[in-house]
Amino acid sequence: MKILRKPGFWLPIMLVLLLGLWPVMTDNAANREVVNSILVSVALASSLNILLGYTGYVSFGHIVFFGFGAYTGFYLMSEQGWPIYAAMIMAGLVPAVLAYLLGSAILRLRGAYFALATIGINEAARAFVKNFDPLGGSVGMQLNFQIYNDYGGAAQALWLTYYLLLGVTIVILIVSYLVRFSKFGLGLMAIRENEDAAEVMGVVAPSAKTRAYVISAFFPGIVGLLFFFKNATILPGDAFRLHLSIETIVMVMLGGAGTVLGPVLGGAGYQRLRGTLLVTPLFRNVQLVVAGVLLLTIILFIPAGVVGWLRYHVRGLRRVLE
Amino acid sequence: MFDILIPSLVDGLLLGFVYGIAAMGLSLIWGVMNVINLAHGPIIALGMFGIYLAFTILGLNPYLALVLVAFAGLVLGILIYYVAVNRVIDAPHLSSLLATFSVNMIIIGIGTAIFTVSPYNVDFTLGAVDIGPIRLLWTRVAAALAAVIVTGLLYLFLFRTRTGKNIRAVANNRTAAELMGIPSSRVLALSFGIGTMLAAIAGGLIATFFPFTILAGGGYELRSFVIVVLGGLGNPLGALVGGLILGSLEGIIPVFMQTSWVPVIEFVLFVFIILVRPSGLLGSRV
Repeated sequence: MKILRKPGFWLPIMLVLLLGLWPVMTDNAANREVVNSILVSVALASSLNILLGYTGYVSFGHIVFFGFGAYTGFYLMSEQGWPIYAAMIMAGLVPAVLAYLLGSAILRLRGAYFALATIGINEAARAFVKNFDPLGGSVGMQLNFQIYNDYGGAAQALWLTYYLLLGVTIVILIVSYLVRFSKFGLGLMAIRENEDAAEVMGVVAPSAKTRAYVISAFFPGIVGLLFFFKNATILPGDAFRLHLSIETIVMVMLGGAGTVLGPVLGGAGYQRLRGTLLVTPLFRNVQLVVAGVLLLTIILFIPAGVVGWLRYHVRGLRRVLE
Repeated sequence: MFDILIPSLVDGLLLGFVYGIAAMGLSLIWGVMNVINLAHGPIIALGMFGIYLAFTILGLNPYLALVLVAFAGLVLGILIYYVAVNRVIDAPHLSSLLATFSVNMIIIGIGTAIFTVSPYNVDFTLGAVDIGPIRLLWTRVAAALAAVIVTGLLYLFLFRTRTGKNIRAVANNRTAAELMGIPSSRVLALSFGIGTMLAAIAGGLIATFFPFTILAGGGYELRSFVIVVLGGLGNPLGALVGGLILGSLEGIIPVFMQTSWVPVIEFVLFVFIILVRPSGLLGSRV
C-alpha cells in the first residue's frame, strides 16, 4: 500500500485521531462535547469539500442531506425500532439516492444558477418536512429515552455515538484522500478548472459530477443521525438550517477548498473560534460581527485558505500538506 | 368562496408590489455585476429599523422618512461595495457569495447587539376603506403606489440619464464599456448602492404594516430569490411582475390549503423554473 507512506494521507487522520482520543484519555464528558461539535464540523466540511473543493460547484444545500439522513434514521429508530448501526447505513443511503435523483437534474446548471437552486432545495425541504405529519411536522420527533438502554444507558450511548462519529469522520477523510488522488478526482478537478475543456479531454462530466454529489451526500446523513440521536429530538428548523450550510462553506474556505487537510483545519478552527467568542464576555454580543469581519478578511486577502496559502508560500510543505 | 378569495388576492397583490421592489434590487445587482447579494435580507431589515427609528425618535412621517432611509441605503451600499465586493468582483462566484455573506453576518451581528431579536412595530395607521368584501388598508395601497413610483423613477434613471446608460453599458459588457471611457468601478459601486437602496425602501414599506425583527429580512431575501428567478435574473421590470405573481400566489394558496404550505409551493416552483427556464418566465432565452 503506497498511500500508507504518504504524509499527506496520515497528517489529517492523525490530527483527527489525536483530537478524538483526548476526551477518552482524560475521560471527561465536557471535553467530549467540545470535540464532538468539532468532529461534526470537520465531517460536514470534508464531505462538502468533495463537491465544492474538488468539483467547484457551490452548494448551499449540503445541510439537506444532513437533515434528510437524520430524519430517515430517526424515523427508523423511533418508529420502526431499528438498531443504530442499521439506521446509520440507511441514513447515508437515502440521501445518496436523493442526491443521485436531484443531481441528474440540477447539476446541469452552472455557477450561480446551481447555487440558487440549492438554496431553493434547502428551503423547500425544510418547508415540506414542517408540513409532513408522518415525520412529526413542525414539532419534529422525540426519541423515547428507553432507547438508550439498548446501548447500556444514556451515558454509554453518548460515548458510543462519539466513537461512531469519530469513525465516520476518519472514513470521510480516507475517502476524501482517495478521491483526490484518483483518476476520477482528477476528472473532477478538470471540471472545476474548465468544464468544457474537461469534456473535450474525455471526462464524462455529467456522470462524474453526479458521482461526486452522491459521495458528498452519503456522509452528512450519518453525521446528522448521530447528532440528533445524541439530542434525542429533531426539529425541521434545526435539521435544515440554511445558515449551517453557509457556515460549512465558510469552514471549507477557511481551511482551503480542494485540499484534504483544509476542511479539517477550517472546521476545527471555525468551531473553536465560535466557541471562544461565545464565552468571552467582550465578544459574546458581537461574536457574529467578529466572525464576519474575519471571514471577509480571509475572502479578500487569502482566498486559497490556510492550507492553500501555506502550500503557495512554503515550498517544503507542499509534499506534506495535501 | 369568492368573498374570501378576492380580498386575499388583493392583499397579496398589494404586497407583491413591495416584494417586487426588494427583488428589483437583487436583480439589478445581479444583472450589472453577476453578484448574488447575500446581504440583501439584513439591508431590508435595516430599512425597517430605519423607519422605526425615524418614526419613534424623530417623529417623522414614515413616507417622508422613506426618503432618508433610501439615501442611507444608497450610501451604505456604495460603502459595502468598496469594502467587500470590489476586490472579488472578478473572482469566482464563491468569493462574492461569501464576501456578501460576511457582510450579512456583520450587519446581523451589530443589529442583534443593538436591537436584540425581539419584535418591533411601527405604530402607524392610515385607516382603511371597504369596497364590497374587500377591506383596503391605506398603508398597503400607499406601499404599492410607492413601489410603482420607485420603479418608474428607476426606469427613467436607467433609460433617460447618462449615468443610467453607463450602468446599462457596464451590465452589457464591462470590458467594452471601460474601453469607451466609462469608469466601471464607480458605476458598479453606484449600481450596488441603488440595489441596496431598493432593499431598504422595500423594508421601510413593509415596516409600515407588519411587525418585524432584525432577522425578518431573511424571509424577504428568500422571496426575492424566487421573484428574481420568476422574472428573469437581471431584469428589473420582470422583478416587479414576478413580485406580483408571488404576491398573488401568497394570496390564493392559503384559501385552498394551510398557510404553511405556501413556502413549499414557492420553492418547488423556484427550483422548477431554474431547471426548465433559467432565464426566467419573462427573460429572453439564454
